[in-house]
Amino acid sequence: MLAQSAAKIFQTAVVLFIVSVASFSLLKLAPGDPVMLMLGSEFSQESYDSLQRELGLDRPFLVQYLAWLGNFMIGDWGTSFVSRADIFNFVVIEALPVTLTLTFCSIVLAIVVGIPLGVISAIRKDTIWDTVIAVFALTGSAFPSFFLGIVLIWFLAVQFGIFPVMGFVAPWQDFWLGMYHMALPALTLSTYFIGMIVRVTRSSLIDVMDQPFIAAAKARGEPRWRVVWVHGVRNIAMPVVTMIGLQLGGILQGAVLTETVFSLPGIGQMLTDAVLGREYTLVQAGVMLTATLFIVINLLVDLSYPLLDPRLRPR
Amino acid sequence: MTAPLLDVRGLTLHRGTKRILDDVSLTIGRGETVALVGESGAGKSTIAVALMGLIDKGDAVIEGEARFDGIDNLVGLTEKQWGKLRGKRLSMVFQDAGSALNPCYTVGSQLASVLRRNLGLSRKTAQTRAVELLENVGINDAAARMSAYPHQLSGGMQQRVMVAIALACNPDLLFADEPTSALDVTIQAQIIRLILDQTKTRGASCIFVLHDLALASQSCDRIVVLYAGQVMEAGRCDVVLRDPKHPYTRLLKSCVVEIGTQNLDPPEGSVPPYEAMPAGCRFSTRCPRAQARCADERPPLVETQGRALACWNPEWTR
Repeated sequence: MLAQSAAKIFQTAVVLFIVSVASFSLLKLAPGDPVMLMLGSEFSQESYDSLQRELGLDRPFLVQYLAWLGNFMIGDWGTSFVSRADIFNFVVIEALPVTLTLTFCSIVLAIVVGIPLGVISAIRKDTIWDTVIAVFALTGSAFPSFFLGIVLIWFLAVQFGIFPVMGFVAPWQDFWLGMYHMALPALTLSTYFIGMIVRVTRSSLIDVMDQPFIAAAKARGEPRWRVVWVHGVRNIAMPVVTMIGLQLGGILQGAVLTETVFSLPGIGQMLTDAVLGREYTLVQAGVMLTATLFIVINLLVDLSYPLLDPRLRPR
Repeated sequence: MTAPLLDVRGLTLHRGTKRILDDVSLTIGRGETVALVGESGAGKSTIAVALMGLIDKGDAVIEGEARFDGIDNLVGLTEKQWGKLRGKRLSMVFQDAGSALNPCYTVGSQLASVLRRNLGLSRKTAQTRAVELLENVGINDAAARMSAYPHQLSGGMQQRVMVAIALACNPDLLFADEPTSALDVTIQAQIIRLILDQTKTRGASCIFVLHDLALASQSCDRIVVLYAGQVMEAGRCDVVLRDPKHPYTRLLKSCVVEIGTQNLDPPEGSVPPYEAMPAGCRFSTRCPRAQARCADERPPLVETQGRALACWNPEWTR
């Protein structure tokens, strides 16, 4: 168990290293010179050289990389070229919690809605229920989230005033107000996800319900709800968790759009602004952070397998 | 004569245009052991599954009647009524215990949950009782095995657990659906013995689904020979197998290979597909004694010569 986990963690470290090299190179390969960008239109050669030295941009690539990596590890992510704000503070302390809250709420919502719908359409296979849910799931997946977001804002926020139009309230400061503000963005972001969960749940559960242990569970007098929820659903945990892990990349992408539509100050919006403003250090930090998040989540998914399926536990 | 525990009359199962079971009748008395034998596709397992109310609905239509100890219409029960019977009065041991136990739960929890739900035992009593049951079915170190997952046990052990679960609530009737076909030959006899002993001590009846004629003759009181969903011949094992009157029973018997003999003569032909099934006796397409009417007229199952026989041209002589 420990050796298995250690191997997975080592793999993750290798992937993170590759990502760090790629994301560092991004800065080097990007068009435009950050020194020139900071100095503006008129500057002397001396001031250019001194700023280049100040920023350490005159050193060899490897030295720059190691210095950057070391600083990155200790949370010194540099300052924004344009606003001169501390990037770690901006990205991790301010933007990350917003995105994590949005992502977490969307996933929870998607699971709470998606799994029961998937289960219903699996056990009511080929009935009207199955068809209705399939249409609902497909529509949800196919609907562009920005459009759905705008529609929701228009109806629920502007027309009827049930939900706030925009803004973020930290749920750890005021939980209910936070959830109230998060409702529309989370709903918007989760629709795509609900469709995916419904489909994976449905197809995995249909397979599982054909297994002999389901008939055996009925044969020993288990009531139907227990056959489905205890014997069936317990056995689809693995495909569902795998799918959620893989789709997190998608949800982080979706977060960019959703945050923009709802004016949430998260990583998505920060990254959009950074790209538009050519703030490569900020882009780099954002890329590193999202990549790390994605990789760590997949590591957690991998590590969760033995918990989900006893057959994967070493004897 | 007292009424049989289970009395099945004219059980027929259609799936679309296919007649999977065709007018099957059989009875089993209290404490009796009956073998259902036949080739694959003969419908032996389907009978057990139908009588457990586990037929996958879909396009299936079940006709006929089955009386089970005061319950008049077994095949017409609702899912709720089935819930009260299954596991308590009717129970089943499956073919492959490895896939019939839920891989995600320990054997102890699966056994204990049956006791708790069906008998209303407390968590603690169920636990103690479960250990006893595992010991009963010959599992060493039962208390430690309680926390084992099914995949951590050998095939024989898994089947023993299945038997313990099936008999946990002292059912009146146990279906054993080829309980040993996934096991080594050496283990087979142990499991069959175990099921016979355990049902005997409980006074329960047992319907064995088998394809092994030798095994049937050794372990069961009576035998029902099936072919393509029809009953060919039925009666006491010693009577039917010593002196088969139905050509199909004779064919099956001739296929039992004896050690030391060099006669591996596979029977000719195979079971026809449902579209090409004759309206009369379904065995008529392969029967060496078939007559003109066999394919069109269904021979009735009649009591004769100490057995029930469905044949127009039985083997009286010999």
